[in-house]
Amino acid sequence: MSTLLNKFTREPELEPERYEFREAPIHHFALDRRDFVKFFGAGIMVFAAAKDALALQESGGGRQNHSEELPKEITAWLHIGEDGSVTAFTGKVEIGQNIRTSLAQSVADELRVPFETVRMVMGDTQLTPFDMGTFGSRTTPTMAPQLRRVASAARDLLLQTAAKEWNTAPEKLLAVNAKITDPASGRATTYADVARGKTLAQRIPDEDPMTPASEWTIAGKSLPKVDGRAFVTGRHQYTSDLRPAGLMYGKVLRAPSFGATMTSCDISAAQKFPAAVIVHDGDFVGAAASSENEADEAIAAIRAEWKETSQPSSSELFSYLKQNVASDEPSDLRQSGSIPDGLAAATHRLEATYTVAYIAHAPLEPRAAVAEWKDGKLTVRTGTQRPFATRDALAEAFHLAKENVRVIVPDTGSAYGGKHTPDAALEAARLARATGKPVKIVWTREEEFTWSYFRPAGVIEIKSGVAADGKLTAWEFHNYNSGAAGIATPYTVPNQHIEFHPVRSPLRQGSYRGLAATANHFARESHMDDLAHAAAMDPLDFRLKNISDPRLRDVFQAAAESFGWPAKKTKPGQGFGIGGGIEKSGYVATCTEISTDDARGAIRVVRVVTAFDCGAIVNPDGLRNQIMGANIMGLGGALFEAMAFNGGRITNARFARYRVPRFRDVPDMEIVLMDRKDIPSAGAGETPLVGLAPAIGNAIFDATGVRRTTLPLAPRA
Amino acid sequence: MAPPLELVVNDQKYPVHSDPDTRLLTVLRDELGLTGTKYGCGEGQCGACTVLIGGSPRRSCQVLLGEVVQPVTTIEGLEKDGHLHPVQQAFLDLDAFQCAYCTSGMIISSVALLTQKPDPSSTDIVQFMQGNICRCGTYPRIVDAIQRAAKSMEKQPR
Repeated sequence: MSTLLNKFTREPELEPERYEFREAPIHHFALDRRDFVKFFGAGIMVFAAAKDALALQESGGGRQNHSEELPKEITAWLHIGEDGSVTAFTGKVEIGQNIRTSLAQSVADELRVPFETVRMVMGDTQLTPFDMGTFGSRTTPTMAPQLRRVASAARDLLLQTAAKEWNTAPEKLLAVNAKITDPASGRATTYADVARGKTLAQRIPDEDPMTPASEWTIAGKSLPKVDGRAFVTGRHQYTSDLRPAGLMYGKVLRAPSFGATMTSCDISAAQKFPAAVIVHDGDFVGAAASSENEADEAIAAIRAEWKETSQPSSSELFSYLKQNVASDEPSDLRQSGSIPDGLAAATHRLEATYTVAYIAHAPLEPRAAVAEWKDGKLTVRTGTQRPFATRDALAEAFHLAKENVRVIVPDTGSAYGGKHTPDAALEAARLARATGKPVKIVWTREEEFTWSYFRPAGVIEIKSGVAADGKLTAWEFHNYNSGAAGIATPYTVPNQHIEFHPVRSPLRQGSYRGLAATANHFARESHMDDLAHAAAMDPLDFRLKNISDPRLRDVFQAAAESFGWPAKKTKPGQGFGIGGGIEKSGYVATCTEISTDDARGAIRVVRVVTAFDCGAIVNPDGLRNQIMGANIMGLGGALFEAMAFNGGRITNARFARYRVPRFRDVPDMEIVLMDRKDIPSAGAGETPLVGLAPAIGNAIFDATGVRRTTLPLAPRA
Repeated sequence: MAPPLELVVNDQKYPVHSDPDTRLLTVLRDELGLTGTKYGCGEGQCGACTVLIGGSPRRSCQVLLGEVVQPVTTIEGLEKDGHLHPVQQAFLDLDAFQCAYCTSGMIISSVALLTQKPDPSSTDIVQFMQGNICRCGTYPRIVDAIQRAAKSMEKQPR
């Protein structure tokens, strides 16, 4: 019962992300204050501590406590050097979502310094505070305000210090553009001068007011990407580009199929390659050599025998999922009213089943890691969304204290939820330990498509009822395997039964941009369309009739207005569709126009209008880039992406066989931003994606009269 | 040991010791340290490894060192005397990238296109660039950037 209660009291933005590989945070902070001073030299440092930690550490309750020791549970911190340079630290990582820029904007805005003077240090377990990971669209809603609070406290500290020196009150001083002025006396100084000769470390007050979005000057603007020049010149070094002195290249022997176990392994032939180091440790077999070719040859010379097991294939996937419900895992149930009562009250009743295939993240930079051991300490540079969890996994695998493992994340060639696991880091570290030299592992595209993990496939069953006036009366929704994110309906329905059923997945599955919200919105919004037609209502009017949340109403109306909904068909094969919802505190509505070509069965998405409300916008240009990207990535999963597998092997583990969206697939796109300066910012990397698939499916129905209930919608087109 | 081959990359002569059957991509990245050219798929399907060989765009993962007779241009060779190539500048000005892992290949392919067709229509661009994948989905801005670069090169030919 208590678990049920918990489920109902859960905050909406904390939807259960079963596949986020969550774990309890293990707090640790490697630098003490003396190390810190040694590292940066003098200056002013301000930090935020986790709330619980503050309560524990607070001894006298003094808000201006100039602490001698840093608490262990720091969540964000900032340093102002004697030269006025500002460095802000966060455990978040840059994977193309533009947070190195947007977080620096928030810091500069709150601290009142030029944007160019702020440097972000990110994703380094030795330098940055603990962080769970960069996922779930949490950076903008949680990390940006934390850094703002830290910056605000730093500004106060600078003002207080200057006020003391001038023998005046801090309230009488102004902080603008890294300068402090006293309008009464005309005195002025710079942040650099105030910081000079100081070694101050201060914890931020419990509640420090932040600048409201309506008064932002640097945040809220379309500033260009930090380090943009390094990217267009090829100078930026991703993990896979690193070449430390003495570098060796690693390769790992892979099983022939999922679930296969090694029965014998003969490495003698491989040992004839003098330049290669072969490691056979438990079920791990790998080689490191001075070139990638040599490592490949050594691996090819290894003779291993495997015992393969029977594995399901993609052709039987959906019946397999229904038959393999994990009865030992609790389902996730939300219920209100009575489904039988709701169906009895309905004029129209519908029942439908939807399916969603496994798809791949296919980040263009495959998983990569460079590991190096020195004096019993391990340093790994790797493109991961979870540097601290990777550090912990390395510490566990090699029986090291966490202090002896450092994980650093260079800005990474994208991830989309796909880089949560420490695989490449573990492999590189194992080989590096054997060679005594740095070892780099870069997965091949085939490895990336095969040995990473996938967005969960799923089966969704819906039973519903609608009254004669177009009001929903019953909503029964069962999701098998794909996940509970976005499973709650945003529409008002008095009788609901919404349940997520965990399944023993036939493939390794995990997080993905938008996660199950894509599947759940696809099923829900496709079904809503059918209900609208059953009730003989326009799909938009039908939705509006059942929406009570004004922000959801607003995005639907904004998208419809920009699109020109309802639209008149002007040519054969044309169709229009709409879909939307609420996810991770963001509101999205998407309208699409598609064209079908009956002869070939091809579907082309011609036009997309996305209206999006994520509260106060931090960087409009960066946001547009994310929404455009979400639409294009979503297009692949909506139309044609699907993993094919048979006998425990992925049979389309190549870009030649796994089609991703390319230039030709791109529709005309229009993005309508609802900048709500009165509402805290939500994350924006994921939610814009969820309205697209149902809007396309609904447009296909509009064009053809045929309801497609599978994702992808047009796999062979 | 065989005498080194000579490779001209970005107007510079390099003695190269890799086997002639080594992929050009590997030679550029691992031997010459020109890591701006990226590995994305190893089968010529994604365009991340695109370089110019004698001015023509080639997938360097599909070219063996021994086959290269003409000079090679990589992303590192586009910037001259601290001035970005107009295509690089246009990508920068329009934020035509997200994670930017595809960007080197996109820019090199764009340079090749503009050499062949100085004033491409958006259809020309889509057709020419079809072999380059941007998984982040920045395609519309890349099309805009190419057109912007075309305009700026028309005014100021390189």
